[in-house]
Amino acid sequence: MSALQRRVRALRSNRRLRLLTTLVVSALAYLVLRWGFGFMRSDKSPKIAVMLVAIAVGVAGAWLLFWILDNLVSSIPAQGIRDALHPFVFVGPGLLLLLVFQIYPTVNTTVISFLDSRSELFVGLKNYVFVFTTDDLLIAFRNNVMWLVIVTTLTVCIGLLVAVLADRVRFESVVKSTIFLPMAISFVGASVIWKFVYAYRPAGTAQIGLINALVTALGGEPRGWLTHAPANSFFLMVIMIWIQTGFCMVILSAAIKGVPNELTEAARVDGANAFQIFFKITLPYIRGSIITVATTVALSVLRVFDIVYVMTNGQFKTQVIANRMYVEMFKFRDFGHAGALAVILLVAVTPVMIVNVRNLRQQRS
Amino acid sequence: MSAEMLSRDVAGPRYVLRRILTGTTLRLVLLSICLLWTLPTAGVLITSFRPYNDIISSGWWTVFETPFDFTQWTLEHYGAVLMEEGVGNAFLNSLIVSIPSTIIPITVAAFAAYAFAWMEFPGRDACFAVLVGLMVMPLQMALIPMLRVYTRLGLSGSFLGIWLAHTGFAIPLAVYLLYNFISQLPRDLIEAATIDGASDFQIFTNIVLRLSMPAIASFAIFQFLWIWNDFLVALVFLGGGRDVAVLTTQLSQLVGTQGQGWHILTAAAFVSMLVPLSLFFSLQRYFVRGLLAGSTKG
Repeated sequence: MSALQRRVRALRSNRRLRLLTTLVVSALAYLVLRWGFGFMRSDKSPKIAVMLVAIAVGVAGAWLLFWILDNLVSSIPAQGIRDALHPFVFVGPGLLLLLVFQIYPTVNTTVISFLDSRSELFVGLKNYVFVFTTDDLLIAFRNNVMWLVIVTTLTVCIGLLVAVLADRVRFESVVKSTIFLPMAISFVGASVIWKFVYAYRPAGTAQIGLINALVTALGGEPRGWLTHAPANSFFLMVIMIWIQTGFCMVILSAAIKGVPNELTEAARVDGANAFQIFFKITLPYIRGSIITVATTVALSVLRVFDIVYVMTNGQFKTQVIANRMYVEMFKFRDFGHAGALAVILLVAVTPVMIVNVRNLRQQRS
Repeated sequence: MSAEMLSRDVAGPRYVLRRILTGTTLRLVLLSICLLWTLPTAGVLITSFRPYNDIISSGWWTVFETPFDFTQWTLEHYGAVLMEEGVGNAFLNSLIVSIPSTIIPITVAAFAAYAFAWMEFPGRDACFAVLVGLMVMPLQMALIPMLRVYTRLGLSGSFLGIWLAHTGFAIPLAVYLLYNFISQLPRDLIEAATIDGASDFQIFTNIVLRLSMPAIASFAIFQFLWIWNDFLVALVFLGGGRDVAVLTTQLSQLVGTQGQGWHILTAAAFVSMLVPLSLFFSLQRYFVRGLLAGSTKG
């Protein structure tokens, strides 16, 4: 027997051993994971133990999946098949999740938007006609557009202002941390925080909300800030601005620091003042970053849900598309209307999708 | 750029405007912006430590009149929200949801990013283009079909279900960001390992994963915070039942039931902010770095 043959035989038995190990591990993993899920579902299990089991099961499960898949593919005798399948061990689970959680729902929701409330009969454009002709929904659309314009503009402008101003003081990092901090807070938490700022108590009693206290201290009448349209929508927008400004500031600040010193120095020597330098040099130079942050903010504003849900639940003319969609789904049980609203949101972000894919193509070529 | 340098600028009719950019005025403007950004959170924090009768009879700022009067502080609301209002339980649920929902998508995405960067397979570029397109997909598109699938499979209200949902929704961005990093690793390194007979699995776990840790850590912080702060996915796929409710859903329920119960609401809100804020203060540098890495796209 030649050395080569011996080697091939060793590899083959090695492969068999590997397959065997993999199958044993898979069986064990199955049993352990099953026990884990049973344990988590049981009411008797103490919560802390459930937490630890959950983390172990979730994390180990993901890793085992890849390990088992890789070993199974590696134990295929034919090298051609093995090589062809290997990339899919790596990319397969990701693609599968993409298919299940993104592509299938996109197609399905689009179909649902042309069906009736229970997704049984084809109704053509009826759902779209409904959403574009009903008063409540027109208010929601108008609000979404207002949110988009006002919040995006103000967050970018304030973020830019702080980035520029903070660049000139020694306590820059303190300023930045302060503005940046709300980014770590959930929209729900932020809503509670601001609900307290807007808190209203009848005139004559002590005001515990910051704004009404200020207003009464200045001799005014306390108001329920969240119940009077159209200003109440603006008071909700303030929460979003408060959260997102830090993001704009961080990105724009980095961009401003990237403006070459030679450029600004040259302009200064030519007699340009700070304003001219800012508007004629800095601003054009960071144009790309401004567009990026504006797009990112606009995308999250478009989907705004939590703030409206917690603060007013769309009452007092503060409705927005995403919240109305939730109401259609869970209160009116009209999946046709809800689907149409989702599709409208998708159409609104399509330009960004196209630009992103086109940029990718350009980078590649 | 210091204030002195600016004041050397050519003086002109824009004197007043320039004043805003220099010296005391500049500091005052910045200080008031900072104050504006801090006061709302400070109010909630202070209120959560005040006795109920104080909260409803005077504004939280009045504590500064007698800051060292320790009788005006109490911890009782925290005990109440943690034990009686289900916030303690929700805190654990948030951990159960957030930790696997951070690690699973990163695992799946890192494997996929490696394949996109270093392996050849049919349809690779097309798949990646679809993935980049899906990065900005509104979550709303997935709600109705996935809720139906979940109800049919009995995944609604289960932790496994929400891990999978968060993983599915996070995949495009996670793969894209990790791809940007993993594809920039030196080609020589990967090729040398291949020649030494290492399999892709070994290269990935022993070399690529180890070298990508900074990128993975930055993304992990964001993913964790995003999940911790998520409300919509938890509300739709996990629901508000007390055994599974996470902090955000529990807090929003308290807003509904407690209306004016500011002692409960402020303490509960602060508990929900505890983890994000401590992450923020301890890992701020990674935070900023991750933001910058994520925003350079497009």
